Amino acid sequence: MGIIVKNITHIYSEGLPHETTALDNVSFEINDGEFVGIIGHTGSGKSTLLQHLNGLLKPKSGSIIVGGTDITDPACKLRDIRRKIGLVFQYPEYQLFEETVARDVAFGPKNLGLTEEETEMRVKEALGLVGLSYDELKDKSPFELSGGQKRRVAIAGVVAMKPEVLILDEPTAGLDPKAHRDILDMAEEIHEHEGNITILVSHNMADIARLCDRVIVMDKGHVALAGTPKEVFSDEKRLTDIGLSLPPVSYLMHRLNERNADIKADIMDIDAACREIQRFLGEKG
Amino acid sequence: MIRDITLGQYYPGDSLIHRLDPRIKIITTIAYIAALFIADGFIGLATSAAVIFIVTAVSRVPLSFIMRGLKPIFFIIIFTFIINLFMIPGETLISLFWGLTITKEGLRTAVFMAVRLVLLIIGSSLLTLTTKPISLTDGIESLLKPLKVIKVPAHELAMMMTIALRFIPTLLEETDKIMKAQQARGADFESGNIFHRAKSLIPILVPLFISAFRIAQELAMAMEARCYHGGDNRTRMNAMKMRAGDFVFMVLTLAFIGIIICERYFI
Repeated sequence: MGIIVKNITHIYSEGLPHETTALDNVSFEINDGEFVGIIGHTGSGKSTLLQHLNGLLKPKSGSIIVGGTDITDPACKLRDIRRKIGLVFQYPEYQLFEETVARDVAFGPKNLGLTEEETEMRVKEALGLVGLSYDELKDKSPFELSGGQKRRVAIAGVVAMKPEVLILDEPTAGLDPKAHRDILDMAEEIHEHEGNITILVSHNMADIARLCDRVIVMDKGHVALAGTPKEVFSDEKRLTDIGLSLPPVSYLMHRLNERNADIKADIMDIDAACREIQRFLGEKG
Repeated sequence: MIRDITLGQYYPGDSLIHRLDPRIKIITTIAYIAALFIADGFIGLATSAAVIFIVTAVSRVPLSFIMRGLKPIFFIIIFTFIINLFMIPGETLISLFWGLTITKEGLRTAVFMAVRLVLLIIGSSLLTLTTKPISLTDGIESLLKPLKVIKVPAHELAMMMTIALRFIPTLLEETDKIMKAQQARGADFESGNIFHRAKSLIPILVPLFISAFRIAQELAMAMEARCYHGGDNRTRMNAMKMRAGDFVFMVLTLAFIGIIICERYFI
């Protein structure tokens, strides 16, 4: 199941003095089973784009085809879209509302019309996937949990719907380094376990470089760059023009490459960078 | 739908109306609303309508923008119209089934009331559309100041209003965000009977209240961190001053009220 986004345009407050074009003729494709990163600074149209993928917003023109169904078609049932595509918003912990963790996670599956037993199974599985213990937490109030735990519960609420596409909008915003790492590891695990398409929006270039098969760079409502992390992060000038940066390791390798062209610049993880530097130093003797 | 509520929304501009002293705008708006209810005949209401359309034209706020604000209260207007139409006794015009009758007086009251309500909403929307919320509350504070003698906390009231107005868009945005988040989890707010729909609001209301309390707490802390301690001895950056235009507008309003009173009592 792939996603094809074709020429979508979206304008906020059309016809008013503060009208803004959030998306301008955006097109791209995502293949089945890919882990895709979307980057772009605030106001580049990322969030608007995500909401289109979920059918929460309708484009002014263009189409979005998910697994063969055109979700921009008015005849397409919203429930079917949401069964396929799970969207975790920024700060998802603010949407928790139930009395117990289990009931909150069950909200999504119940809305899909699943039976009690199936729902409970999904809740157990989802809480396990986000690294929380079902037996320990199921009867607790979600408001008693820590920030990181709340976020996991909120993510579990979407994961429990078993979406074929899981979209995470800055899932690590406002978390400490450990929780940050945990959430991303969890995203990776869910991706492997479910074999779904995962779309990750992040401002952290190192995370994007580490996790994603492909990267889409948004700028002023356009797709500025798209490709593998290697391809995207090789165009340093374009990225800095947009106001983004390279992952730290890449940045270092680019600087070293400027000093000596023998050092390869297209390296993004620390281990490979170590080997490359050692190789270079070894050659020099 | 939720974004269509224009009441309390500012429409940026630099027209004559935008530049009026907020105190004058508040007083004239109140006067206008009073006039709407004093007006008792066709001429009075027609004049009121003409006046508000002229003011709208001068303010350069598009009529379509104001009309959008009418949408949410459309139901109330229809409701009052129907109630008035059938409930007022008088000379029977048309007899319907079940003893329902439309009377001449009923029809008249219904039409007048509907027109009044529409004009009332347009009038009060114009006030908020052409006045920045901050100037609006400054105006209210200044108008309430004389009441300090009888211990009315004018500044505190004005501050509360400023905050309330300031946070309408924030809370709307928050509501929108929560609604979308719950919709993404398959929540459905549109179908089902009224009980089902009321119940489906819980997933919105609980997070919204929590957000509201969080925002309030953060705001209180931010204000205290900047040494806010109430209204005593507080001066303002933009002191309000009456200008020639304000007096002219005042005189025009008085003339309008004069017409309305004449129409009611002398014609």
